[in-house]
Amino acid sequence: MLKLDEIQKRLLKEVADLHKVPEGAYNIRSNGTSAGRVSTENIEITPREDGQGLTIRIKPGTKNESVHIPVVMTQTGLKEVVYNDFYIGEDADVTIVAGCGIDNCGSQDSEHDGIHRFYVGKNAHIRYVEKHYGSGTGSGKRILNPGTEVYQEEGSSVEMEMVQIKGVDDTNRSTTAELAAGAKLVVRERLMTHGDQKAYSTYVVNLNGEGASADVVSRSVARDDSYQKFDAKLVGNAACSGHTECDSIIMDSGKILAVPALEANDLDAALVHEAAIGKIAGDQIIKLMTLGLTEAEAEEQIINGFLK
Amino acid sequence: MLELQNVSFQVDTEGQDKEIIRDISLSIPDDKLVVITGPNGGGKSTLARLIAGIEKPTSGKILFNGEDITDMSITERAKKGIGFAFQQPVKFKGIQVFDLIRLATGKNISIANACNYLSEVGLCARDYINREVNSSLSGGELKRIEIATVLAKASKLSVFDEPEAGIDLWSFQNLIEVFQRMRKNIKDSSILIISHQERILNIADEIIVIRDGNVVKRGTRDEVLPELMGTTSAVPACKTIEKVMGGEKDA
Repeated sequence: MLKLDEIQKRLLKEVADLHKVPEGAYNIRSNGTSAGRVSTENIEITPREDGQGLTIRIKPGTKNESVHIPVVMTQTGLKEVVYNDFYIGEDADVTIVAGCGIDNCGSQDSEHDGIHRFYVGKNAHIRYVEKHYGSGTGSGKRILNPGTEVYQEEGSSVEMEMVQIKGVDDTNRSTTAELAAGAKLVVRERLMTHGDQKAYSTYVVNLNGEGASADVVSRSVARDDSYQKFDAKLVGNAACSGHTECDSIIMDSGKILAVPALEANDLDAALVHEAAIGKIAGDQIIKLMTLGLTEAEAEEQIINGFLK
Repeated sequence: MLELQNVSFQVDTEGQDKEIIRDISLSIPDDKLVVITGPNGGGKSTLARLIAGIEKPTSGKILFNGEDITDMSITERAKKGIGFAFQQPVKFKGIQVFDLIRLATGKNISIANACNYLSEVGLCARDYINREVNSSLSGGELKRIEIATVLAKASKLSVFDEPEAGIDLWSFQNLIEVFQRMRKNIKDSSILIISHQERILNIADEIIVIRDGNVVKRGTRDEVLPELMGTTSAVPACKTIEKVMGGEKDA
């Protein structure tokens, strides 16, 4: 059933750590069509009527199950917009792994715009992992524009891990979240850009209910002539707490613009932001050199640790 | 064996050359624990940094086991067998204690092996091995981890820049034991400690006193220590105080 070539398998490994067919529910999208789909008793994956995306329903109370929905593209010039809607039942506790790998050896741009909407039921918990990866030596760009919308009901919690380390030329990521009372959102974003890549990441988190909390942390590295913009806004509309942090390393001629923003519309909203941008501290490199690493090896270790 | 030949080091402060190290010649022989001491601002830490290659001398030569290392980088010196423990341990983001120790050994060691080095410096290995080397650790914890990385590197010459700085009283005894153990297994290597602490001076084979960028005294512990503790500085200082206090009383 699953027919993937070596490049596609490599992409799958990069974005979803999959070496073979995953356990649990999954859908693998390859060059615009489904290359394999499996639902389980508790997790139902159905294609949308227009064919562009999936509806994923997770039954209330589902525990310790996972859903994999990786996308791989190896065809140059392919552009697609995919809408995936997740309905997570009350009290469910699941892991969702998405991700997109593009290998573009041709001269035309390849683009995948994945719009993911999460409707998280009361007291449900999800861990969402999204990795992006690009490879290929063609002059065509590898473009990924993920959109994530999260709607959290009372007492739900969402942990998001977004990783984009290599090879994506242009990315424009937008994440919005609406949190009801007692809901909790934790975001860990890791980003590295090379060459003349550009990455934009925008967050708008609305803390609407009493006791809602959000912690949005981005760590990024901009190398060569790349450019990044991190734009994170927390809006406190109730007695809530929010923290956002952007911690970045610039190298070579990399440029970063960090725009943390807070908006408090309630007297009991407690919001904090932190942002730091700078080159690698000289004493960090010196310490590793005294252990016998070259300057380049030291930099690599420092970056690896920073993005770990 | 490390040899400094006529080493000088100048810095440019507000357009004026300031001499931090003045024409120092000395050697650190194999199988010896040598402690460099002296007043603050006398050039001790600078000397340690010159040896590690973090600073380059304005003039003079540094030889390590007969080889001229004056123009070698920090990395090359580290590979030749020079280890260096920072006075102020460096903090990282994301790098874990295990990573640092693994890098220090230069091998893909197991977690259990790495833990041995932490136990050596009195840290409960299990609690620390996966911690990030960042500000969540206290000054004393960072310092002990710093020392553990130097132990893990197993150098021919290990240089410690004020290892007692930032370490609390309870940990201090442990630190002395670390150096005593190192001293016991010193064969074919040497240890250089920059320190003000009497108890560290007490375990030295040799003591070098540096003041104003010069070596003012050098000898075995028994030759130098009594003089340091007694006659030259402390006694006259006490006498001066006595005189002043006495004078006030009289008035």
